Amino acid sequence: MTAAEIHLTDAEAHAATALQHHFDNMEQQREAGTLGMWVFLITEIMFFGGLFTGYVIYRLLNADAFAVASSTLNWKLGALNTAVLITSSLTMALAVFYAQTGVRRMQIIFLLITMLLGATFLVVKGFEYGEKIEKHHVPIAGFWHWDEALPAGVTAERVQMFYWIYFAMTGLHALHMIIGLGILACLVYFAWRGRYTPEYHAPVEISGLYWHFVDIVWIFLFPLLYLLGAHLSHGH
Amino acid sequence: MSAADTPVNPMNPAAPAAPPRADAPEWRTRFAHTNYLNAEYGIKSWLLTKDHKRIALLYLISITIFFALGGAYAIAIRLELLTPAGDLVQPHTYNKLFTQHGILMVFFFLIPSIPAVLGNFLVPLMIGAKDLAFPRINLLSWYIYLVGGIFTIWALLNGGIDTGWTFYVPYSTTFSNTYVVAVGLGIFITGFSSILTGLNFIVTIHTMRAPGMTWFRLPLFIWSHYATSLIMILGTPVIAITILLVALERVAHIGIFDPRLGGDPVLFQHFFWFYSHPAVYIMVLPGMGVISEVVSTFSRKNIFGYSFVAFSSLAIAVFGFLVWGHHLFTSSQSVYAGMIFSLISFAVAIPSAVKVFNWTATLYRGSISYDTPMLYALSFIGLFTIGGLTGLFLAALGMDVHLTDTYFIVAHFHYIMVGGTLSAYMAGLHMWWPKITGRMYPEGWGRFAALVLFVGFNLTFFPQFLLGYMGMPRRYHAYAPDPLWQVLNVMSTAGASILGFGLLIPAVYFIWSMRYGKFAPPNPWPATGLEWRTLSPPPTENFARTPVVTWEAYEYRPVEEMEVIGAGDAEGVQPVGGTISR
Repeated sequence: MTAAEIHLTDAEAHAATALQHHFDNMEQQREAGTLGMWVFLITEIMFFGGLFTGYVIYRLLNADAFAVASSTLNWKLGALNTAVLITSSLTMALAVFYAQTGVRRMQIIFLLITMLLGATFLVVKGFEYGEKIEKHHVPIAGFWHWDEALPAGVTAERVQMFYWIYFAMTGLHALHMIIGLGILACLVYFAWRGRYTPEYHAPVEISGLYWHFVDIVWIFLFPLLYLLGAHLSHGH
Repeated sequence: MSAADTPVNPMNPAAPAAPPRADAPEWRTRFAHTNYLNAEYGIKSWLLTKDHKRIALLYLISITIFFALGGAYAIAIRLELLTPAGDLVQPHTYNKLFTQHGILMVFFFLIPSIPAVLGNFLVPLMIGAKDLAFPRINLLSWYIYLVGGIFTIWALLNGGIDTGWTFYVPYSTTFSNTYVVAVGLGIFITGFSSILTGLNFIVTIHTMRAPGMTWFRLPLFIWSHYATSLIMILGTPVIAITILLVALERVAHIGIFDPRLGGDPVLFQHFFWFYSHPAVYIMVLPGMGVISEVVSTFSRKNIFGYSFVAFSSLAIAVFGFLVWGHHLFTSSQSVYAGMIFSLISFAVAIPSAVKVFNWTATLYRGSISYDTPMLYALSFIGLFTIGGLTGLFLAALGMDVHLTDTYFIVAHFHYIMVGGTLSAYMAGLHMWWPKITGRMYPEGWGRFAALVLFVGFNLTFFPQFLLGYMGMPRRYHAYAPDPLWQVLNVMSTAGASILGFGLLIPAVYFIWSMRYGKFAPPNPWPATGLEWRTLSPPPTENFARTPVVTWEAYEYRPVEEMEVIGAGDAEGVQPVGGTISR
């Protein structure tokens, strides 16, 4: 049986088109969706957690090398990206607010701004990656090359160790951003079609949770990767 | 066979049956009521289904195929070990045999078996829901499983992998010339099917319980699946990232596990076992849930210490994450870390023992019937106890040094995985077969097969305890030509043949029963769960109306007093028409 076959009053009919047959009511459906996203985000934390663990262990083992390597990253671009992402979280929250209050135009505008900010982040990230590729600072065997001066006791191998963690973590984060942009594009499409109403807007809320999560990951990544070398005399 | 020829509505022979479709083959129309099996026809109605019961059957079929493949590898291994000389296969072939046996059995049979088949079928039924919370994600999880599985099999056919199912570095990243990345990717993909199943169960159990179905009225099967799902969502992402790192290390040589670049190979073992030890509980916890149901049903007695059994599942899930270091006792781990891990490993035996004692106490003065599921459950309790106690040998730091990488380990985990999980899976399949297919399996053959399996299993694996204790190492294709060792190995191989035969019997009679078995009443045993209060097989939406639970779990009452909600008529309430005659 499809949702359309459930007999309801006209007032309920609009919301009912979004109610899947196996749920008793919209409240239950919304609760399930929200909990589902939270559980998914927990798996994401564990997924990133493996890399964070690797980071902590190797940073403890190679504190100096990590500080030196960190100072070779462009912290200004990193800070810019942090600001961009935090702003995108605000605009996402506003999009959710306008979905809840049923202001379709504002909802679409803020979803588009969020997408624009997300794309800006990726473009800035792309410039950063481009610089590293130019300098052969990508830790792939045969490609990696390091000829910058290093202080005593720090070897190029240990700097390489930092760089693979940098690329693995920011790369995985960027992948999540790209997926997030895809989700937002779907939201814009359905919002355009007038799918979301004050009664039914769970997808917007749930996607918002995902977007905020990806932001929070970056908030951890930025200081852990970019700001380690700030105390070094030759840094910045 | 005569029973199959006349359609009977078991609750109400007078009730008008739903009209069968005119173009349907004759044998499909035999059920008197519309159910999930005959509601729709055609291959598309199966491959695009969102019904949790149909998806469970899709999983049942695919898992059986992977199990048969894994079993074929096991047979080849046992044949090679029949004689001390390595005469049947070359060493590198043998390395592939045990690796591929392990990978197929662990990732494609043991982990999904009970949750994806029985859990998928039963979780919504047991809590009184129409379906799992996310039916599309449920179907997606099966497709992901299938893609991962086909990918893995393709890699196996094209050359295979020889690292052992544990993928230890640096062999897997640097030295092995086999399809490590391809198989790793297959397992990576399959992991997401496991995550999605766990996510679906957790959300369903939280949000979809029927009115009156409080947490402490849930069947223990649900509690154990809840605990399993927790491990699935917390552990599986870690193995995913680990496999990804192994692949990166192998392809791009990034250095994370390579000491020459400052990496640490032991870190891989930590990551791997952080998932793979809890994964052992993914494999055995759902089985424990099945056993709780079977023991209570077939001794017709409320389970002893309900809340202890329920919370021991959660305790196992939590403790299971804190013991991974006992796989690293001989891998240069700090001896102090080893002491802590040893202590916690002993502690994890406590919740397992709570379950065993509670099952035994449930049996005490129960009205026991030795039906097939019960035979499997009793064999589970015995074999799991042996497997668990030998686990304590291995958790002891000193003993472990002697027993590491010997056949003692092999015997130990097969007692848990085969004696435990496989027995529970068989118990569950038999107990719920009437519900799944609407047909009874032949009881006599069932009991006979259970006995054959028990004998075959013990003959296969008990000699391996002795071999391991005497020092026979695992993962070698040849062994010292000691007459005693050969006798024990011959016993083991003979046992494996009996085990294989014992598995063929149910395969045959299950298929036979789908067409020729007696029609099953709604509650044949009889048992107390909500799934027994709907028809066999259940209608697509499980119940005619949302059930309201006013009774406690395992509250045994005369079967005539238990209403059936699922007849599909306006009232939807009819008495059970008695049990099958046995």
